[in-house]
Amino acid sequence: MAASVRMDPTSSADAGHPLAPIPYVVRSVATETPDIVTLTLNPHATKRIPPFRPGQFNMVYVYGVGESAISISGGTSDGQLIHTVQSLGKVSNALTRLTPGDTLGVRGPYGRGWPIAEAKGRDLVIVAGGLGLPPLRPVLYEIFRNREAYGRIEIIDGARTPKNLVYYDEVQGWRRRSDLRIQVTVDAAGRDWYGDVGVVTTRIPDARFEPERTTAFICGPEIMLKLTAQALAARKVPADSIFISMERNMKCAIGLCGHCQFQSSFVCRDGPVFSYAAAQPLLNVKEV
Amino acid sequence: MVELNVGDRVILARGEFPAFFVALREAGYEVVGPTVRDGAIVYDRLSRVEDLPIGWTDRQAPGKYRLERRSDEALFGYNVGPFTWKKFLFPPRERLWTARKDGDSFTIEPEPTDGPSVAFLGMRACELAGVRVTDRVFQGGPIVDPGYAARRSRIFRIAVQCGQAGGNCFCVSMGTGPGVDSDVDLVLTEILEPGPHRFLLRVGSSEGARVLAHVPLAPANASEERAAASIVARTAGSMGRTMETDGIRDLLRTNLDHPRWDDVARRCLSCTNCTMVCPTCFCSTHEEVPDLDLAKVERWRRWDSCFNLAFTELHGVSVRKSGLSRYRQWMTHKLGTWHDQFGSSGCIGCGRCITWCPVGIDITEEVAAIRKSPGATTAKGGNP
Amino acid sequence: MKGEGEHKLSREIASHPFFHGMTREFVHTVAAEAVERSFVADDMIAVEGTEADILYLVLEGKVALELGAADRPPITVQTVGSGEIVGWSWLVPPHRWRFSIRALKPTRLVAIDGGIMRRTLHAHPDWGFQFMVRFMPVLAERLENTRIQLLDIYGR
Repeated sequence: MAASVRMDPTSSADAGHPLAPIPYVVRSVATETPDIVTLTLNPHATKRIPPFRPGQFNMVYVYGVGESAISISGGTSDGQLIHTVQSLGKVSNALTRLTPGDTLGVRGPYGRGWPIAEAKGRDLVIVAGGLGLPPLRPVLYEIFRNREAYGRIEIIDGARTPKNLVYYDEVQGWRRRSDLRIQVTVDAAGRDWYGDVGVVTTRIPDARFEPERTTAFICGPEIMLKLTAQALAARKVPADSIFISMERNMKCAIGLCGHCQFQSSFVCRDGPVFSYAAAQPLLNVKEV
Repeated sequence: MVELNVGDRVILARGEFPAFFVALREAGYEVVGPTVRDGAIVYDRLSRVEDLPIGWTDRQAPGKYRLERRSDEALFGYNVGPFTWKKFLFPPRERLWTARKDGDSFTIEPEPTDGPSVAFLGMRACELAGVRVTDRVFQGGPIVDPGYAARRSRIFRIAVQCGQAGGNCFCVSMGTGPGVDSDVDLVLTEILEPGPHRFLLRVGSSEGARVLAHVPLAPANASEERAAASIVARTAGSMGRTMETDGIRDLLRTNLDHPRWDDVARRCLSCTNCTMVCPTCFCSTHEEVPDLDLAKVERWRRWDSCFNLAFTELHGVSVRKSGLSRYRQWMTHKLGTWHDQFGSSGCIGCGRCITWCPVGIDITEEVAAIRKSPGATTAKGGNP
Repeated sequence: MKGEGEHKLSREIASHPFFHGMTREFVHTVAAEAVERSFVADDMIAVEGTEADILYLVLEGKVALELGAADRPPITVQTVGSGEIVGWSWLVPPHRWRFSIRALKPTRLVAIDGGIMRRTLHAHPDWGFQFMVRFMPVLAERLENTRIQLLDIYGR
C-alpha cells in the first residue's frame, strides 16, 4: 500500500537499543472526560525524540507496566509533546493516572502521517469520531500556520454524548473562526445540548466542498471510517483522496514483531495513515 | 598442510571427522549441530563426533515423525527435526534492555550483544535459505535488530547437501535446494557408496579455508565430484511434496473468501506448532519483568504466534477472533504477502509445519485446493 | 382560502428539497391547509404520545427528536435541520407521536395537515408514488443511522 507520505524511520535511541524509551516528565495533566486525559510532556534531560509529523505516534512507556502506542496530538519545537490518552488497557490506564512530575518513557515518532502537503490548494474535509480528534489535531495546527495554502476547511467531530467530546473548549474556539466550518454531532444527548444529534455521516450533506478537489482525512473506530469514506465516495470524492488512520495491536512499532499486520502492510510502518483506495478491499474482508 | 582457496574441493575421510571437530574448536568456534534427544534429532551444542545422529534417519509424514535406524553409519542421514537454526539467532526468550530507577527518572541499559563464535554444523540448503529470509527480516531494513545482527556475524556455516528427501520436503518447488550454491563457509556432501565413507568438502570462504588448514584432507577427484552431484540430483528427484508457486501471491490475495479456509479451519487447532517449528516465523511479543521493589525492570522479547487469540487484541477485542482468520493470516503471509514485505517467499519448503501439525494439515495441499477453484466464495460468512 | 398566504406557502413547499420536482397541483393541494409556524429554543413542537396529524417541513432552524421515560430525563436521539422533514405518524396508525419534538434554536416550520395528505395520496396514486419514492429513503436513512447509533461504535 503506497500513497501517504513516507517518514524517515529514525529510531529515538541514538546510541542504545532501537527499542529503548527516552525519559520524559509530565508537565501537566488535563482531564477531557472521566476516562480521557491529555498529558503534556517535556524531555527529562537533553535526549528527545526527533520532530514528528501529524498522524505519527509514539510508544509511550510506563516504568514497570509496559508500552502503548499513542498518537501525537501536539508538540512544540523545543521538544514538548502532547498525548491524549483514554484508559482502555493496563498501560493506558496507568497513563491516565499520572500526575505532574511523574516520569514516563517515549520512543518514536513512528509511522506515516497525514499527507497534508499534497492537500495544498484543495478543499479539506476532516472527520473525527470518538478519540479520532487527537491524531487529527496536529493537522489543524499545521493548516492554521499556513491557512491560505488550502481551500475550504470542513471539520466534522462526532462523539457518543456531549460529555465524551475532547478538546471541548478548543473546539468552541474553532467554531468562532471564520476561515473554516466545524460541525459537532453526538449519538445521544440530554436537554442541555443544543447541537446536532446523529452519526457523523449525517453532517456530510451540510459540508461544503468540491469533490474533485477535495482531500479527506478520517479518524475514528473502523466502522466509522468505512461509513464516512463511503458517504464521501458517494459524493464523488475519489477514493485515493480519502485517507484513514488505522489501529492495530502493536508491540515493537518498527515492523518486526508482526502484531500490527494488515495483510501486506505493517500498520506501524506503512500506516497508520492509509489511502482509502488501498485499504478498502481489505476493510470489506472479515478479520483480516 | 595444503593451503586451500575458495572453490577448492577436497575429501575428508570419515576417520578424520574428529580432527575436523578439533579444528573448529581451535579456530575458536563452539559447535552446534544435530543430535538425538527425546526421540528426535535436535540442534544443540556438540563436543564430539559421537554426539552426531550416527546411523539415524527420520520418517516424516503429515503429523508424523519417527526416528529409524539406518543400515549404514551415515552422520547426516536424516532431514530436518523440530528445531531450527533460528533459535540460535533469534532466541525464544531474549532480554532486550534493563531499566533502573534513577532518582525521579530511569536509565536504560541495552543488553550486551557479545557472545561466542558458533559453527552451525549440518545446515541444509533449505535452512540456509531460511537464514537468508530471517537476515532480511532482522537486519535487511532500516532498523537492524542488534542481537540478531551480532549473533549472525559470529556464525560459521557448514552446509550439508541432503542425501535423501524427506516425506514432507518440497525445497525443489520453493527453489531453495537440495543443492547448496551460495558462498557458504563449507559445503559437505556425505558419500557412503561407493566406499569408503567420506565427505566431499567445498571451500566457500577464506574462513572456511582457514579452519581446514590443519585438517588431514585429500584432493577430490572427478568421480567423487560426480558422485556428490548425483546424490543431490537423486534427492531432488524424490521430493516428498510439490507446491506450484506461479502467481501464488495474487492467487492468495484474491481468494481471501475461498471456502477452503472454512475447510482448514475445521481441522486447525490453533496450537501454534507450525509457527514454532518454522525457520522463518519471526513474530514476537514484549514482556515487562519488574523486580518486586521496582528498582529494576527488564524488557524481554519472546516468540509469539499469529495463531494466538491475544495476538491481535485491540481494546479488549481480538481482530482475528476466528480460527479461520488466523490460519488464513499465517498461510497468506508465509506464501503471499511476505513477497510484498521482503521480496521473496517466506516458505523454504522444509515441510516442518506439515510434520509437526497434530492434525497433519499440509500447506501444499491447501494451496492446491485453492488453485483448483480460484474465485470460489464461501456460502456463509463471506463479503457482505 | 386561496390568497396571498396560500401562494406563499406553495412556493415555500415547492422549493423545499423534499417536495422539489413534485407535481404543481399536488403542491397546491397540500398547501391549501398548510400553515407556517415559528418557534424559539426549547419550545415543545409536539409531545410524545399525543395525537399526530402533521407532516413538518423544516424551513430554517433545528429541532430535536426526544424519547422520554418515567425514570430518566428525555434523550435526544436525532436532530433535524432545514431542508429536512419530521413526522411519519400521520401516515402510520395509530396516529400518535412516537417521539417529542423540541426546537433547539429559532425555527420555522411548514405544518402540513396529515388528514389532507392521507386523503390526497389515496385519491391520487401517482402523487402517492412520487411521495413514497421520496419518503422511503428518508425513513431508511434514519433507520440505518439509528442502527449505527445502536452499535455504540465509540464504545465505553
